[in-house]
Amino acid sequence: MSQKQEEENPAEETGEEKQDTQEKEGILPERAEEAKLKAKYPSLGQKPGGSDFLMKRLQKGVWGIISYPLSLEPKRVLGMKSVEQKYFDSGDYNMAKAKMKNKQLPSAGPDKNLVTGDHIPTPQDLPQRKSSLVTSKLAG
Amino acid sequence: ALGEPLSWFFWYRDSSPKPHLVNRFCILLTADIISTVEFNYSGDLLATGDKGGRVVIFQREQENKSRPHSRGEYNVYSTFQSHEPEFDYLKSLEIEEKINKIRWLPQQNAAHFLLSTNDKTIKLWKISERDKRAEGYNLKDEDGRLRDPFRITALRVPILKPMDLMVEASPRRIFANAHTYHINSISVNSDHETYLSADDLRINLWHLEITDRSFNIVDIKPANMEELTEVITAAEFHPHQCNVFVYSSSKGTIRLCDMRSSALCDRHSKFFEEPEDPSSRSFFSEIISSISDVKFSHSGRYMMTRDYLSVKVWDLNMESRPVETHQVHEYLRSKLCSLYENDCIFDKFECCWNGSDSAIMTGSYNNFFRMFDRDTRRDVTLEASRESSKPRASLKPRKVCTGGKRKKDEISVDSLDFNKKILHTAWHPADNVIAVAATNNLYIFQDKIN
Repeated sequence: MSQKQEEENPAEETGEEKQDTQEKEGILPERAEEAKLKAKYPSLGQKPGGSDFLMKRLQKGVWGIISYPLSLEPKRVLGMKSVEQKYFDSGDYNMAKAKMKNKQLPSAGPDKNLVTGDHIPTPQDLPQRKSSLVTSKLAG
Repeated sequence: ALGEPLSWFFWYRDSSPKPHLVNRFCILLTADIISTVEFNYSGDLLATGDKGGRVVIFQREQENKSRPHSRGEYNVYSTFQSHEPEFDYLKSLEIEEKINKIRWLPQQNAAHFLLSTNDKTIKLWKISERDKRAEGYNLKDEDGRLRDPFRITALRVPILKPMDLMVEASPRRIFANAHTYHINSISVNSDHETYLSADDLRINLWHLEITDRSFNIVDIKPANMEELTEVITAAEFHPHQCNVFVYSSSKGTIRLCDMRSSALCDRHSKFFEEPEDPSSRSFFSEIISSISDVKFSHSGRYMMTRDYLSVKVWDLNMESRPVETHQVHEYLRSKLCSLYENDCIFDKFECCWNGSDSAIMTGSYNNFFRMFDRDTRRDVTLEASRESSKPRASLKPRKVCTGGKRKKDEISVDSLDFNKKILHTAWHPADNVIAVAATNNLYIFQDKIN
C-alpha cells in the first residue's frame, strides 16, 4: 500500500506566527517548517545535502585546525548533527576531556574558528596552547 | 500459533478479548546507553552492546517444572569488555569504544561466536562454557605451584570434576585497519565463511579466518571530495543468496549488488528509489529520506528500509517503488524545524521483522515503539517504560494526538520527550518475544499466549 506524501492539516501546527507563511507555502507543513528555519537562520545554505555537510559527517571525531567561514556556525552551514569539538592539539583535547568528565562544557573559544590557510598566520592569530595539567590515560 | 501476529493486533475488534503484550521479564541496565541489540539464530541468546564498549549476553531460561513461570526469562549469561577507547595520533582521530553493531554467527559447535564492531575495528568473540575442571595433575599442585619433578614418585591420571558454570569470552580474531571512515554495518554471509563491513564510503569483504586482508567490494568515494553527494548508511547480505548484498544511502536509495558480476561492485545490479514529487521538496526532504537501516526479510523476497518518518517494504523484484509504506510518526512532519535544531532529525532508527515476516517493528520517541501487521494492516503504538511495564501486566496501546482536542490517555505531540528515543529493537527469530532498548534500559516483552 503505497502512501502518497500528502501532508497533514496545517491547522494542527502550533506555531503562532505561521499563518502568513502557510498561506504563502500552501498546505505543506514541511515547507512551513523550512520557512521557520530560514527565518531563524537566514544564512542557511540552499543545499543541505552538499559535500560540506557530508564531509563533516565523515570527519566525526577528528581534531585539528579545520577552516570554515567565520560568519556562520558550522552546523547551520553544513546542515548536520553538531560537529565534534575541534582541538588545537592533544593537550587541548585532554583538557577538554577532563572538563567534560567534570560535567562542564568544553571551552570553545572563538579563536578556534580562525581561518587558516588563507593567509600567513602571525603569533597573535593562533590560539594559545593550553598546558596539559591533566595526564591522560592515553599517554604512556 | 507461533509467529502469528493475531495476538497483537486484534485489539480493534470489540468481541474478542484484547490481545496483550505481557511484560514477562524486564531487565534494567543502567550502566550505559545501549547501542545495539541482537538475538542469535535460535533466539536463546540476546546480545546487547553499549556506549562503553561492553557486551552483555542474556540467555533464555529453559522450561523448568519447578518454576513454571520462569520459562522464557532472559538472564545474564556473559559480560565482557569488547572495545576500548582509542586515540589514533597519526590521523588525529578519536575512536569511540561504542559498539555499533553485533552480529551472531550460526552455531556450529558448543561455543557461540559473535562479531562486534566499533567505528574502526571488528572483533570475533568466542563465548564458551566451562563446567568441568581437571584435578590431580602430576607436575603442579592444586593451587598451581609447580612440583619438584624429582619428588614425584608415582603418576596419576587427572580426573575431571564438575565446577560452577563459567562462561568465558575470548577474542579470536581482530579485523582492524581496513576502514578509513566509520563502520555502520556488519553482515554475516549465508556461506558462513565471509562477512561484510560497511563504512560511510566503502564496503569490505572479509573471510572470518583471515584478519590481515580484506577485499574492497564497494567504493563510492569520488576522486574529488567536493563532488561527494551521498554516503553509505547501512548494508546487509541476502539471507540465502551468498553473492547478493544491498546497501542504502543518505539520499534514500538502495542498491543491490551481485558479487558474481564483478570484483568491485560499484555498478549496482538493481537500484531502488521511490519517485519524489518535486513540488513537495523542501530543505528537509533529503535529510528525512536518508535511510537509517535496511533489513532483508527472512524469506529473502523482501527488504525493509527505515527513514526518519516511515518504514518501507520493498519487493526485490520491483525497483520503482516500495510495496508498502508505514508511517511511524507522521505528526513530526510539522515539527521538523525544532527537530533539526535539536539534532533529532539525524537520529538513526532501526527496524526489524518478526520470524514469519508478517509483522515489522521500529522505535520512535517518548519511549514509544511501533508494530505493524502486514497481513491485517493494523498497527499499534506501545511504550517501554518502568511505569507502564508491571510484570505480567499488559501493555496498553498508546496514541499521540495531533489535533486540538486531546482525548483522555492520549499524549500531545508537544509533550513528547525527544530524549527518550528507541533506536534499537530486536525480534526473536521464531517466537513472539521482543527486545526493546530504551536509552540505558533493556525491556523484553513476550506474547501472553506463549
